[in-house]
Amino acid sequence: MKLYNGGKIITGLVIFLGIFLTPLAYNAGKAAYTQPKLKMPENEKQCVESKEFMRTQHMQLLNEWRDFALRDGKRVYVNSKGKEFEMSLQKTCMKCHTNKAEFCDKCHNDAAVTPYCWDCHIQPEGLKK
Amino acid sequence: MNHTRRNFLKFAGLTAAGLCVASAGSIMAAGAGATEKVSEKALKAKRWAMVIDTKKVGTKEAIDVLAKACHAAHNVPDIPGKQNVKWLWADGFEQAFDQPNNFMDESLEKRQFALLCNHCTNASCVRVCPTQATYKRPDGIVAMDYHRCIGCRYCMAACPFGARSFNFMEPRLHLDLTKLNKEFPTRMRGVVEKCNFCVELLAQGKQPACVEASAGALVFGDLSDPASEVRKVLREHYTIRRKPALGTEPSVYYII
Repeated sequence: MKLYNGGKIITGLVIFLGIFLTPLAYNAGKAAYTQPKLKMPENEKQCVESKEFMRTQHMQLLNEWRDFALRDGKRVYVNSKGKEFEMSLQKTCMKCHTNKAEFCDKCHNDAAVTPYCWDCHIQPEGLKK
Repeated sequence: MNHTRRNFLKFAGLTAAGLCVASAGSIMAAGAGATEKVSEKALKAKRWAMVIDTKKVGTKEAIDVLAKACHAAHNVPDIPGKQNVKWLWADGFEQAFDQPNNFMDESLEKRQFALLCNHCTNASCVRVCPTQATYKRPDGIVAMDYHRCIGCRYCMAACPFGARSFNFMEPRLHLDLTKLNKEFPTRMRGVVEKCNFCVELLAQGKQPACVEASAGALVFGDLSDPASEVRKVLREHYTIRRKPALGTEPSVYYII
């Protein structure tokens, strides 16, 4: 078998693989990604729903809360265990999670998402000029 | 079993359907059992309305007290110039009622009127909003969902009462950030805002902020209930509404 233009092809492949694998080489030997340590509320052990549910679906939950509270006037959320909460980001969520920087931002930064909640809602640590 | 194409397709179809049901089921199960309801404390009505006794609050100073209470409760900025944001403000008879009169009695000529969103039954702002950011609640309140507002300002053009303000700039630049009401959000640049009849206070069983601050000059209640306080006041006094000829049916009444 003869490889036409073999030299060029193999050089090209080596260069391509080299560039393609740089991220791996760059990160070799570094610690694996770990989930950020969040500052959990001190007085409360259980969130509105389970930890797994909140971790994956809090955004959908907040969207539903917004529509129920604003449009239907239903402002009380009864969770799957029958406990009642007021549907409010500032009055319910942030009363326990009293620090946006130590809670929300940590995962959002790692996941490179920038939700616009705080363009209007006031974070519990207050606003600075 | 015969390995026919027909059997293969049946099996593939059933597998696909099974996978769909299983994944949908797991998603549904995650939030299962949660419900939502109206708070027991909440004040309820078929149609909220307000009556303003302009004999009692008829000066700029008196109305400023109401406006201050409202604007503090809702984090409304005070921006100097034409780009100010206002939920409640004062203006004269001619501006308020569109009925100029050359020979008006002196007290009425000088009187100021507290103006706010009228929460019209046929609200023109609700009709024109392309995103349904402004909507009519079943209790008659014309409310806004600022998440949805795209800042097109159709509602401002449609409102005959000038009750809406646009955030031409970041409102937080003009708010005292140390004195914010942390129970209520601010707005952001590029959305329209207006009075919400204190829907968040009604849900807690409280009266609107301006009514609380008015020492009885403002009455708030259910227009559809003949025994309510507003209906009693309306029976006993001569009242007018702003621009009734437009047919929007305002819910704010003025005792003259």
